[in-house]
Amino acid sequence: MKKIAIILSAGVFMLIAGFSSITVAAGRDYISIVGSSTVYPFSTVVAEQFGRATNFKTPKVEATGSGGGLKLFCSGVGISLPDIANSSRRIKKSEVELCAKNGIKEITEIKIGYDGIVLANAASSKRMKISSKEIFLSLAKDVPSGVGESLIPNPYRTWKDINPALPSAKIEVLGPPPTSGTRDAFSELAMEGGCSEFKWIKALKKKDKKKYKAICHAVREDGAYIEAGENDVLIVKKLEANPEAFGIFGFSFLDQNEDRVQGSIIDGQEPTFENISAGMYPVSRALYFYVKKAHVGIIPGIKEYIAEFASDKAVGEEGYLIDKGLIPMPENEMEQFRKDGEMLKNLSL
Amino acid sequence: MNKTHTRLDIIKSGLGKRYAKERLFKALGFSAIVIALAMLMVLFTTIIGNGYSAFQQTFIKLDITFDEAVIDPDKTLDPDVLAGADYSGIVKKSLRKVFPDVKKRKQKRDLYSLASQGAAYQLRAMVLENPSVIGTTQSLWVPADDDVDMYMKGHIQGGESSSRINQDKLDWINVFKGNSAIEKKFNIALFTNGDSREPELAGIWGAVAGSLYTMVVTLLLSFPLGVATAVYLEEFAPKNIWTDIIEVNINNLAAVPSIVFGLLGLAVFLNFFSLPRSAPMVGGLVLTLMTLPTIIITSRVALQSVPPSIREGALGVGASKMQSVTHHVLPLALPGMLTGTIIGMARALGETAPLLMIGMVAFIVDIPTGILDKATVLPVQIYLWADSPERAFVERTSAAIMVLLAFLLIMNSLAVVLRRKFERRW
Repeated sequence: MKKIAIILSAGVFMLIAGFSSITVAAGRDYISIVGSSTVYPFSTVVAEQFGRATNFKTPKVEATGSGGGLKLFCSGVGISLPDIANSSRRIKKSEVELCAKNGIKEITEIKIGYDGIVLANAASSKRMKISSKEIFLSLAKDVPSGVGESLIPNPYRTWKDINPALPSAKIEVLGPPPTSGTRDAFSELAMEGGCSEFKWIKALKKKDKKKYKAICHAVREDGAYIEAGENDVLIVKKLEANPEAFGIFGFSFLDQNEDRVQGSIIDGQEPTFENISAGMYPVSRALYFYVKKAHVGIIPGIKEYIAEFASDKAVGEEGYLIDKGLIPMPENEMEQFRKDGEMLKNLSL
Repeated sequence: MNKTHTRLDIIKSGLGKRYAKERLFKALGFSAIVIALAMLMVLFTTIIGNGYSAFQQTFIKLDITFDEAVIDPDKTLDPDVLAGADYSGIVKKSLRKVFPDVKKRKQKRDLYSLASQGAAYQLRAMVLENPSVIGTTQSLWVPADDDVDMYMKGHIQGGESSSRINQDKLDWINVFKGNSAIEKKFNIALFTNGDSREPELAGIWGAVAGSLYTMVVTLLLSFPLGVATAVYLEEFAPKNIWTDIIEVNINNLAAVPSIVFGLLGLAVFLNFFSLPRSAPMVGGLVLTLMTLPTIIITSRVALQSVPPSIREGALGVGASKMQSVTHHVLPLALPGMLTGTIIGMARALGETAPLLMIGMVAFIVDIPTGILDKATVLPVQIYLWADSPERAFVERTSAAIMVLLAFLLIMNSLAVVLRRKFERRW
C-alpha cells in the first residue's frame, strides 16, 4: 500500500515538474489551422490530401468560427499559435489592427472560391420562386407599413399574405443563430438586398447607417424564424419531416442531399453550381484564408499547403474540392489567387 | 377489552387506504422505470438502427496490374519513388478495362468515381510492404466510393433523377453485381483509421487513442490527488472554519459547468504555461480539474463508512495515526474510492465542452502517439461527423456513438462489479 502511494505521488510530481520543462521546448512540425466552420469541410480535404501526397505531416484544422479563429490568429507570433485562419468573410479592419498590435505585420490573403446560401424545402413539396424583397418581407422583424416612412411589426403570417403567387402555408423558416457566419451572410445578401428595394430605406443608408442596418438585418422573433443551431444536417432532417417548412444552409449541404431537399429560386436564379459560379445567384459569398507570413519557413509546409489549395487537382474543373461542393472562381481570378499564394503578397484593405 | 377492540377497528378501517397508498406509490415508481426504459429503448433502437450498417463497407473486386512502367520505371526500388507513383492511375486503368467502351470525358469521370481514393492508398501500402508485387496482376477487393456504398445499403436511390448515382453508374454497379464483384464486407477501416473527409476511409482509432491518452493523464493525476485530499480532510485535518470553507468549495466545484474548466485550461495551461494546443496532456489536465471534486467527495464518503472501531483498534495496539490510516482505513475504503473514480472517469470520457477551448475539437488524421501529440477524443469525433455534409457520415456517427456507449457501459459495470466484490458491510 505504502509503496503504491509513494510510486503514485512520485508520478504526480514528475508530471507537474514536466510542465515547466516542456513549456519552452517542443517545436511544431505540422501546420495549425483555425477558423470558419464553412471553410472547414474544404480546408480539411486539402489538409488530408496534402498529408497523404507529401512528406509533410497532415495539418490540424480546428473549427472555431471565423471570428474566433481570426482572434486566435491575431493573438501573436509563435509556434503555439495558428499559422492559418479560415474565414467565410473578409478580415475586418479591427482584426488587422489587432494583428498589428500583436506583432503580426504581414498577412497574406487568399480567396479560395464561393459558397452559396440556399433557402430550401423538402423535395416532396413544390419548389418556391421568391424574390429577395419577398424574403425580406417574410423574415424581417419590422416591415414598411406602406404609409410614408414608417415601420410596423411584421404582419405576414403566411407566404400568400406577401404575394398571392407564393404558397398558402404558414411562414416557417429554420436557420442558423446570429453567431453564425452563414446567418451574417444571409442577412447581408438576401435580406439587405430585398430591403434596399424600398427607396426610403435605401436613402437611409447614407444618412443613418446604423438605423439602416437595424431595419435590414433584424430577423423576426415571433416564431416564424426558428433558430436551429449550427447543425445543417439537423435542418435537412427537419425539412424532410415538415414539408411546409423552409431552411437556410450552405450549398454543399444541398449538393449532398439533393434527393431530400430542393433550393428555392431566388430572383429568378436557381441555386446551381453554374449559377453561383457565374455570380448570377444573388446569395453567395467568397471564402478566404489568411496566412501569417512570419511563420512561413519556420513551420514546414505552409507554402506547399497553399500550392496544394491552388492546384488543378483541388480547384480545377474536376478538382476534389469541387466534388465537395466548393464553387470555383472565374479563371482570371483563379490566376490571381495562384500568383498571390506563390508570392505571399501582403494584405492591403 | 372494549377499548382494544375500538383501537383495532380504527387500525382496520384505515388499513385499506394505507394499502391503496402503497400500491399507488409502487405503481408510480414502476411506471417511472418503465417510461425511462422505454426512452432508453427508443434511443438505442434509433442509434443501432441508424448505425449498424456502418460496420459494413462496400468493396469492388478489380483486376489490378502493378505495371512496372508506372510504379518504378527505372527499377530503383527506392521507397520514395515507390511512394510517389500514380496509383490512382492504376485503379482507373483497371476500371477502364472492365468497361472498355466508356469514352466520353464526363462518363469516364463518373466511372473513376466508383472506386474510393482509398484504393490508391491500399495499392501503395501493398507495394511499399512488398515490392515483389510489381509486375504482377492481382484480383483485389478495393473500397468503393461512399455514394456507391450508400446506394448498396439502400440509403440513396439510383437512376435518372438521382444526382449522386446516375443511370450510367447504376448500370455499372449492376454489371459488377452480375459478376459478383461488388460485396459488402466488414468495415475494418472504421476501427483502424484516423479521421478522414472521405467517409469510406474515416475511422475512430485516432479519436479512441486520443481519448485513451487523455484518460491516462486524468487518471494518473486525479486519483492520487483526490484520494490524498480526501484522506487528509477526513482523517487528519482539524474541523474548523477553514476546512468548512474548503468543503463548501469542493462541493461547489462539482457543480460548475464544464465549459468553465475549459476556459480555465485555456488561460492557465495554454497561455501561462504555454503547453501545446490540442494535446491530450492539456485535455487530461482540464478533465482532472473537472473530475477531482467527484473523486474527493466519493472518497470522503467511502472513508466515513469505515467504522471508528477499526481506527481505535489500530491505535489501541500501538499503531501510529499514519499507520492506522494506510494499513487499515484506506484498504477498507479503497473499493468505494475506485467506484467513484471510475464514475468520474466515465463522465470525463464523454465530455466535449471543456476541450473546445483548448483546441481538441479539430480535424486530425494522424493517430496520436503520445500525450503531447495533436489529438482529438471520441465524443468530439462524433460531434464533427454529425456536422459533416456527406450522407455516409450519418451512419458512421451512430456507429461511433455505439462504441462510446460500449466504453461507458464497460466502465460503469466495472464500477458495479468492484463494489459488489470488495464492499464490506458492518
